[in-house]
Amino acid sequence: MKLHIQNGRLIDPANGIDAIRDLYIAEGKIVAIREAGQTWPDFASNRTIDAAGLVVAPGFVDLSARLREPGYEYKATLESEMEAAMHGGVTSLVCPPDTDPVLEEPGLVEMLKYRAKSLNQAHVYPLGALTVGLKGETLTEMAELTEAGCVGFSQAAEPILDTVVLLRAMQYAKTFGYSVWLRPQDGYLSRNGLAHGGPVAARLGLAGIPTIAETIALNTIFELVRVTGARVHLCRMSSAAGLELVRSAKKEGLPITCDVGAHHIHLTEDDIGFFDSNARMLPPFRSRTDRDAISQCLLDGTIDAICSDHTPVDDDEKLLPFGEATPGATGLELLLSLALKWADQCVSQDQQQLSRAIAKITSDAARIVGLPCGQLSMGSVADICIFDPAARWKVCASTLASQGKHTPFLEHELTGQVKFTIVEGRVAYEP
Amino acid sequence: MLNPQLNTNGELQHLLTIEGLPQAVITHILDTASSFVGVSDREVKKVPLMRGKSVFNLFFENSTRTRTTFEIAAKRLSADVINLNIDSSSASKGESLLDTVDNLTAMHSDMFVVRHSQSGAPFLIAQHLSRNRQHHVHVVNAGDGRHAHPTQGLLDMYTIRHYKKDFSNLTVAIVGDVLHSRVARSDIQALKTLGVPEIRLIGPKTLIPSQMEQMGVRVFTCMNEGLKDVDVIIMLRLQNERMSGALLPSAQEFFKSYGLTPERLALAKRDAIVMHPGPMNRGVEIDSAVADGTQAVILPQVTYGIAVRMAVMSILAGNQ
Amino acid sequence: MTPPITELDAEALYKTLLEQIKAAMASQPDLAVVGIHSGGAWIAERIASDLQLAHKPGFVDVSFYRDDYAEKGLRPDVKPSQIPFEVEGATILLIDDVLYTGRTTRAAINELFDYGRPRKIMLAALIDRGERELPVAADFVAATVSVGGNQTLVLQRDDDGAFSLKVEHA
Repeated sequence: MKLHIQNGRLIDPANGIDAIRDLYIAEGKIVAIREAGQTWPDFASNRTIDAAGLVVAPGFVDLSARLREPGYEYKATLESEMEAAMHGGVTSLVCPPDTDPVLEEPGLVEMLKYRAKSLNQAHVYPLGALTVGLKGETLTEMAELTEAGCVGFSQAAEPILDTVVLLRAMQYAKTFGYSVWLRPQDGYLSRNGLAHGGPVAARLGLAGIPTIAETIALNTIFELVRVTGARVHLCRMSSAAGLELVRSAKKEGLPITCDVGAHHIHLTEDDIGFFDSNARMLPPFRSRTDRDAISQCLLDGTIDAICSDHTPVDDDEKLLPFGEATPGATGLELLLSLALKWADQCVSQDQQQLSRAIAKITSDAARIVGLPCGQLSMGSVADICIFDPAARWKVCASTLASQGKHTPFLEHELTGQVKFTIVEGRVAYEP
Repeated sequence: MLNPQLNTNGELQHLLTIEGLPQAVITHILDTASSFVGVSDREVKKVPLMRGKSVFNLFFENSTRTRTTFEIAAKRLSADVINLNIDSSSASKGESLLDTVDNLTAMHSDMFVVRHSQSGAPFLIAQHLSRNRQHHVHVVNAGDGRHAHPTQGLLDMYTIRHYKKDFSNLTVAIVGDVLHSRVARSDIQALKTLGVPEIRLIGPKTLIPSQMEQMGVRVFTCMNEGLKDVDVIIMLRLQNERMSGALLPSAQEFFKSYGLTPERLALAKRDAIVMHPGPMNRGVEIDSAVADGTQAVILPQVTYGIAVRMAVMSILAGNQ
Repeated sequence: MTPPITELDAEALYKTLLEQIKAAMASQPDLAVVGIHSGGAWIAERIASDLQLAHKPGFVDVSFYRDDYAEKGLRPDVKPSQIPFEVEGATILLIDDVLYTGRTTRAAINELFDYGRPRKIMLAALIDRGERELPVAADFVAATVSVGGNQTLVLQRDDDGAFSLKVEHA
């Protein structure tokens, strides 16, 4: 299938391109990028897409999207969530190991990859469990799991309470060069906490998760990194104090990267309002100072990437009192809009802001998993997202393809809508 | 964000929390309550205001005391009262909170009095009723988790007004486990709205969250200092669970530093009143000599509690 | 006997009512008065004082017994009811300023019965404006007056305690 995408604003941060270009795709790969307006009759495209007024970007790389299979099919299925990924322009995604059963058996990983591949939609890169059952006691067979297709090892949102186990896990991972993905959240200090341990939680009578739950965990992780040399990716930063520590650690040269959930770039503890369960998240939304620090740290590179942290939660688990609701929000279809919203609100209003925002969900994210996705280089697999940066859409149950219909942005209007999602040169989604 | 307590006319549709209630609304409730105080002295302790209305006591957290006072208040308004202790019924079989509410609404309930262990539960119910256009059903929060106990806050204000008349020159101290106390939060909100200039919280650092100062209060860890010249002392109940959460070593040590003894009471103003939401732990937060002494107004609080609850229910039921 | 509203002299009417009651008092030595807030309460206070009754006057606020609670809700200015004498077996003169539909009287009687069972209740009103909606009749009336459908008649009391009548548009 030969595809010609013309007149679009090509933004490819990996190659530093932000210009009107024509893109040519054949046999699932990018074969040429030419100045717009030049004809190329020899190409003989099967289909031409006119992307005038639209942005042509690499398909997005999402570092965390829960597909809920295996085990949680009542919340969502692979089919519905992979469809949601297409609607959101996400062509590569990393899924955490907190499925049921946990992703600790090579057979399970293979089956997941096989199921995903047969849908011919986004590429799925699973994270294997770091410890058996995510219980933080014994190590998993990391070599076998890597062979089966895992791109790293994670505890999802489960803490490892025993520091010796964490030390050993990192030593073992370092032995083989595997990356360890950890949430910086102290198990004891965050246990039973429902919201950020600040004035809102104090006023509303909600058990708080203090900022030190993040900073204490970070200090522990950094010490262990210094001693083991393991490569660690920190998942879902939430506080200004935590980000300060990350900045110092990076300056020191530790092999650390980190990401932030798209919702956390914009929302604070105030968004809990009158106990809105949609605002029940882990990590919690913290103060305005923390949110502003997140925005600043995205700008200066302290935070490497934005992910959706896509977590489908069904009505039965959200229409409950705040403390009983399951934390999490749907995110695959909001990733683009929330990244663009950050770009819009950034202090540094220069021409490169849009490119920076796209980098955070393409090339910068790809670098963390060490995969050649998130770019539009010559010969790259043609995973592309064409979107309208100005189109407005309303977030509601009917517009979301995911089975997860809960997000604090429900009933809000967002800007930025996907018009085409192309996977391996084939148009997999066009609304 | 629309205040879920008010209807489209700005009238009180539900009583969920003191926070956000205009001073005029609070004063109106207190004024109405004073008319109800006399009802309990009569031969026939009833007025026909809520005759034919059904009040459902939805208690997801056990409490015989509070449930009984709401029951008495509703019956004195001539309402029909149905008591539901949810731990023994459907919810323990897995029925969700909102399904329980829908089932009861289908039985034509007019008012839900709700107590729940989760902060915010009554808001969920109020929003659900509003979404389903059940505008004639009213919700009264009888205590949600650590968040609020608005009728207790109101009856405490009624009590203070009765003995002290003027809020604008009072110093009020709230003593004990503020961290877990919905009574403390509601009292603070009410005292602030009514213009009390100095509100003090007294307790160990483990039981008073540091962010409470943002609610406009002064925090004391020394009881003797905190009680100096106060006009009103509100003692909070200390629960046994606090010992197991590493918040306190023992009840004895708590009494040593924070128990209200006659000596400590003497540090307050001579005509200071002593209040307690009940039930009291004698010898833990309060000395029997003080609890039974002349300055304690704990029993009048209970009497006023019924009148205040009658006022709340009749005001809500009259706002369609 | 229907003087135009503008010529009503409340003080004169009060004296008329007082004389009527005084005349009937001879056979009711133990009479107690109960005034309906607010106008009836003021009149009851004066009657009790002028006739030097044995019992102090009682006051009722019928807000909790009205039949229009469902439409109008609770009024914002409810006052406490106080009956300082034993209602059981008492001879009570219920006093209101203006007798109109009769609903207020019905509510007041219901309220009195929640205090006990009186031996007898009589009704006194400064003004009877007719247009009854319930079978209620006053035993003592100072004046019968026609008032337009969209007007209300209100008794007022100034700082010296003097009564006056005002016509307000509803």
